[in-house]
Amino acid sequence: MEERGMNARIKALRKVSMETQPHIDLERAIIETEVYKKWEDKVSLPVLRAMVLKEYFSKKTLYLGEGELIVGEKGKDPQSSPTFPELTCHTIEDMYIMNDRAVVNYTVTKQDLKDQEEIIIPYWKGKSMRDKLIAGMTHEWRKCYAAGMFTEFMEQRGPGHTCGGKNVFIKGYADYKEEIQAAIDALDFMNDPEAVDKKDELEAMLIDCDAVMILGERYQKLLKAEAEKCEDPVRKAELEQMAANLDVVPAHAPQTYWQAIQLYWFTHLAVTTELNPWDAFSPGRLDQHLYPYYKKDTKEGILDDERALELLECLWVKFNNQPAPVKVGVTLKESGTYTDFANINTGGIKEDGTNGVNAVSYLILDCMDEMKLVQPNSNVQISKKTPHKFLKRACEISREGWGQPAFYNTDEIVQELLNAGKTLEDARQGGSSGCVETGSWGNEAYILTGYLNIPKIFQLTLYNGFDDQSGKQLGPETGYAWDFKTYDELWNAFTIQLKHMVDVKVRGNNVIEKLYAKYMPAPCLSIVTNDCIKKGKDYNNGGSRYNTRYIQGVGIGTVTDCLAAIKYNVFDNQNFTMKELIEAMDDNFVGHEEIFNMVQNKTPKYGNDDDYADDIMQDVFRQYRDEVTGRPTMCGGQYHVDMLPTTCHIYFGEVIGATANGRLAKKPVSEGISPEKFADTNGPTAVIKSCAKMDHCSTGGTLLNQKFTPSALAGDTGLENLASLIRTYFAMDGHHIQFNVFDKETLLEAQKHPDDYKDLIVRVAGYSDYFRNLDEELQNEIINRTAQSF
Amino acid sequence: MNSVTNIQKYSIHDGDGIRTTVFFKGCPLKCVWCHNPETQRFEKELQVDIPKCTGCGRCEAVCPTGAITMLEPTAEGRKSQLDRSKCIKCGKCVDACLGNYRVLVGREYSVDELVKICLQDQMFYEQSGGGVTLSGGEVMAMDSNYIRQLVKRLYREGVDVAIDTCGQAPYSNFEAILPYVHTWLYDIKAIDNEKHKRYIGTGNELILDNLKKIAKTGARIFIRIPTVKEVNGDTESMAAVIDFLKENDIRPAQVNLLPYHSTGSHKYGKLGRAYEAEELTAPSDEEMQSFVEQWEKAGFTNIKIGG
Repeated sequence: MEERGMNARIKALRKVSMETQPHIDLERAIIETEVYKKWEDKVSLPVLRAMVLKEYFSKKTLYLGEGELIVGEKGKDPQSSPTFPELTCHTIEDMYIMNDRAVVNYTVTKQDLKDQEEIIIPYWKGKSMRDKLIAGMTHEWRKCYAAGMFTEFMEQRGPGHTCGGKNVFIKGYADYKEEIQAAIDALDFMNDPEAVDKKDELEAMLIDCDAVMILGERYQKLLKAEAEKCEDPVRKAELEQMAANLDVVPAHAPQTYWQAIQLYWFTHLAVTTELNPWDAFSPGRLDQHLYPYYKKDTKEGILDDERALELLECLWVKFNNQPAPVKVGVTLKESGTYTDFANINTGGIKEDGTNGVNAVSYLILDCMDEMKLVQPNSNVQISKKTPHKFLKRACEISREGWGQPAFYNTDEIVQELLNAGKTLEDARQGGSSGCVETGSWGNEAYILTGYLNIPKIFQLTLYNGFDDQSGKQLGPETGYAWDFKTYDELWNAFTIQLKHMVDVKVRGNNVIEKLYAKYMPAPCLSIVTNDCIKKGKDYNNGGSRYNTRYIQGVGIGTVTDCLAAIKYNVFDNQNFTMKELIEAMDDNFVGHEEIFNMVQNKTPKYGNDDDYADDIMQDVFRQYRDEVTGRPTMCGGQYHVDMLPTTCHIYFGEVIGATANGRLAKKPVSEGISPEKFADTNGPTAVIKSCAKMDHCSTGGTLLNQKFTPSALAGDTGLENLASLIRTYFAMDGHHIQFNVFDKETLLEAQKHPDDYKDLIVRVAGYSDYFRNLDEELQNEIINRTAQSF
Repeated sequence: MNSVTNIQKYSIHDGDGIRTTVFFKGCPLKCVWCHNPETQRFEKELQVDIPKCTGCGRCEAVCPTGAITMLEPTAEGRKSQLDRSKCIKCGKCVDACLGNYRVLVGREYSVDELVKICLQDQMFYEQSGGGVTLSGGEVMAMDSNYIRQLVKRLYREGVDVAIDTCGQAPYSNFEAILPYVHTWLYDIKAIDNEKHKRYIGTGNELILDNLKKIAKTGARIFIRIPTVKEVNGDTESMAAVIDFLKENDIRPAQVNLLPYHSTGSHKYGKLGRAYEAEELTAPSDEEMQSFVEQWEKAGFTNIKIGG
């Protein structure tokens, strides 16, 4: 495998990170089980949760890698994946599957199996969140979930989906303790009926502050001891400096650039081991938060660009050392990757609205270029104020083909956040995390709740609400396709099916939201998210300044083309009847070549800047958006929509028969807001224009994939044209765009000879992944995306 | 007249920035190496991709004149055969073909229609400094009034218009649109008139004369030289072009040396014609690089290999 990194140290650290096989790690689960056995029902739930973190950080195995400058791992060592039996109690069969499966496998040892069987399962079986959650769902929900109408994010992982704000870089845990104590002192036990609950939550936060500081103290001792033993004077001095850093952080506000990075990393570990929140945790505007320290340190002569970059590269290795928590079942299908979606946005604007690009922004670009790691997911935010030089440098890296950086539109994100009720200042400090989801960093709980299979909802519409795949009646009886005399009748039936399925999903969500609010508080995430301390409320119980729930729509390209195929061929031109079309679909188009040809090759399709199809896309989008947006959540927030798929478009395709647009049974549906494969034939400008007809500003994020052949982006001209393409899309208020730059032949070769292409990274959805780690269907899907080449 | 073979969006090799290129059908020249043979004739043509034909017979069934017959199966399977003398280019077989293997090339657009399509990507032009390139075939051999209206309309919409021309048309056609054209992409194939006649099928007098006249008006010109080893891919031929430009005080804003490629040769078969340039070759990369240096030494700037 290719060695990367700016020097021998980084190369060695990166090599360990890359070559270590991900493995499960039960240390946390065992310690947690001990705490629960001893204290459950004796202390409040928030306190119990905090005690788990404190006990784990007091006892966990410490890891110190050779040459490391930033310390701390979630588990015992790099690529360890702690388990969270309070959320999902894996069966022994699960453990075998995660060890044996062909991709995204995690090593499970004999000792792990023994511990799981003897310690974990006996205590947690039947009482994990997954059990509570499924038990809390209606029969209808379970039927639809099993059929693949939607997925459920909190089925195996906790909510999270957020980024740190400024606090994370300017406050120590002793500072937080003072704030928390002040909030406790201010509680009004005479008049506030929630005062007792608030006290429990705030006391839990105090315990979590201690937990983080204990981890810092333990590392400080370890580093001192190692420094004493160390005979290499250079390393000795480093170890002494690292120990000295821990005299300051995590207890106090950082004094230096190095300390600021170390502080962030401890917070990252605390948030992601307290629970296993989706999308890990991210440092928000890393460049802007680090810049004051960079400026001060370079002025004082204690930091130069080389060391500043080296520390970033050390941080990058740390992110890459943490594989996603083990997923199984449907959750694995919707998110089949080791990647944990930590996402770093660089650039953008500052709180006051001025250009946010600084010297650290360029160092981060150099770091992502040098390191070429799938974690952290490195992206750039481009505003109209972003210097061309920055955009061009980002394009230059993106052109290398592996999907990083992806490009986010700052000005559009601000509009999204204002539309969702944020103040201007909070909106400017927002961005996209995970894949493309928008939130106000440090201020908001913006929780993805699951993907909605819109093409399958349309399919139900054609069959009177009946699902031919599961053999069950999943939707209301709105008539059979051939009963519809007009396109409007068909459309009305679709809107009824859509409403029904959103109702089922949201009803389930509401139960789950309350379950998490009750059983799974996250006091550490609450410490660092604004207003939780002030309100005395947990992040998972509406404590944040803003609370948003997202439902992610999948397959708008497929649905649009289905509707267009029917409108164009059945109603407008009478090329064939609805009955003939349904028969062709039932036969997977075998023996119906004429109909297939017409729907596949001779019908207007989304992605070609053709209003016939694009108007339909807008109708579908608005219907879906309006159905979801503004619905109340249980913790005082509102629902909004996202348009992104992760890997779910493969799974959703597997549970749908042939569709009216000529997509064959079981094949993937369209991803993000990208057109259906083979549908776009007019080049990238037409795709961009079609996509921009969607009102992105009223969503919480959309995802657009574009694939180019290397020759289309060659030379300085290629770079300039790529930059222009991005600027134009963003001028039209597009949210996000990302690029794969490969010849189809290269990908086919990589599929045939995975060992020769171990380093090949491709863009999947809002993240990049190793091509060899994708299952075959997803590999095919990426190979078949339209490549723009001229 | 005035039919179009293709409208190519995100066209990045035909002038500045991101462009839409309109390829008109019909050309007065007959370059043997032409890589867009479907643009050579003025009349509509039916393109058939025989290797991909599955022999389903649907085209034969719908053909009103019996121009299509199905051949006996061979090792490649059953294939259709077209008698071009009977074909009336009605397009019925194109609709019937299940695989998009038949294409009727040449569609007429009103000026309004064409302007509408060309404006679709206006935001991209404005961001990238791009615009619309009218090409072909030979755009200057189309109806002069039609082209004038089109160019003027685009100009008034604020679109940067480039004309990609071989130069073989009456000067009055050029004169009619001069004020509205931002850039001329002007081909020079050979200064040696014998060679020109041999490979292009006509002399170069009109072409060079038009170039001189256009240059005199102060127009912005990119000189484009399709570089073929056997025709003009040598130091002497390059020197002849350089001398011609110098003698006439023509200072191109850019010179594009376009290495010959045979990627269009497969299209000849689809049109029922033979490719007659099999023996032609492209200069090596080193030779191309040496031509760039030759131009630069002669005092020209912005010399590019490729479009």
